[in-house]
Amino acid sequence: MNSNNNNYSDIPGTTVFDGNMARKGFHLNQFCMSLMNAANRESFKQNESAYLDRYPLTDAQKQAVLARDFTQLIALGGNIYYLVKISSCDGLSVAAAVSTMTDLSTEEYLDMMRNGGRSPEGNRYLKEQQ
Amino acid sequence: MAKIQAGLGTSHIPLLGRIMDIGDSDKAEWAPVFSGFDFTRQWIKEQKPDVVILVYNDHATTFDMKFIPTFAIGCAEAFQPADEGYGARPVPTVKGAPELAWHLTESLILQGFDMTIVNEMDVDHGLTVPLSMVFGEVEEWPCRVIPLAVNTVVYPAPTGERCLALGKALREAVEQFPEDLNVQVWGTGGMSHQLLGERAGLINQPWDTEFMDSLADDYQRLAGISQVEYIRESGTEGCEMVMWLIMRGALKAKVKEVHRHYHVPVSNTALGHIIFEEEVSQ
Repeated sequence: MNSNNNNYSDIPGTTVFDGNMARKGFHLNQFCMSLMNAANRESFKQNESAYLDRYPLTDAQKQAVLARDFTQLIALGGNIYYLVKISSCDGLSVAAAVSTMTDLSTEEYLDMMRNGGRSPEGNRYLKEQQ
Repeated sequence: MAKIQAGLGTSHIPLLGRIMDIGDSDKAEWAPVFSGFDFTRQWIKEQKPDVVILVYNDHATTFDMKFIPTFAIGCAEAFQPADEGYGARPVPTVKGAPELAWHLTESLILQGFDMTIVNEMDVDHGLTVPLSMVFGEVEEWPCRVIPLAVNTVVYPAPTGERCLALGKALREAVEQFPEDLNVQVWGTGGMSHQLLGERAGLINQPWDTEFMDSLADDYQRLAGISQVEYIRESGTEGCEMVMWLIMRGALKAKVKEVHRHYHVPVSNTALGHIIFEEEVSQ
């Protein structure tokens, strides 16, 4: 998936965090930012829905946070550096959170990394994948 | 007068800070990563910089979506290691160099670089991990630090050309400062990595190698790489490499590579590290 509409919209499996995405995700990212504070993390953990209601998020954004659906959160304007504040709150490593956006399990993803990572071959242009 | 005679580039991978903080950096599994900094830790003791201008990007720590400066310079007396969501790193306070920082700010703005001036901020792993990698575990950082934060989080990051030119302007500014100071510029971030989407985990080893091969002499070509090309070839976060160009721009045209280290992977990322010295004319 690529949610951009620009000269980088032909890069597969990649959403560039540009102005358009930043506008969509402003409140979502600011909600994530609030989790930098320990007291806020506690309130979020106690009642996630109630905490999310403090921010003017769309229903889709709220659902995606509750489901920890990172692919959806990126499409809805989330930025990965902000989103990992949710997964840190859950005690997950960045790699574990990142792996959920791929078609691999976390263990398979880590294996791929240990073997040199994902090759750029065939991954530069959408047309290579058609 | 203040002078610049050396610079280095290094990734700033948060996991490595964590490994050091929990005391695991001596473990055999991490040797391939940390052994590449043995040379550096000896070298820096001989170099004894008074001030490091440390070029890094903030990762939604001090700058959130409210304010996103493209180039920001830290002019404070001190900077605290930030709590990035699981407590601050147990590393020393970073002492600033406000007199030089303000001098640089004035000079850079007058040279056409409209810096954002920051008088209070915490610094995240982008800044503290390079300090840890280079100096190791210390009671106090052995030099003062001027944080120079570059936006690489929100598209677009500043161009490579602009970063190279900022480096040149920094050198100009440092050389006008009357105090005898040994100043280094460090460019941090990279190398290839992508933290999102189905393409997450992208690593382009030939691209990274080519970048390091070209940085000494063919840096002008590197400065022409667009952000879209960085993203396509080296992942969404690969564009952090423009920060190495600020370091390169701050050094003379002729430099000697004295050390290099490259390792894949560290967590999601390719780790790169390089050191340049200038030939010192007697």
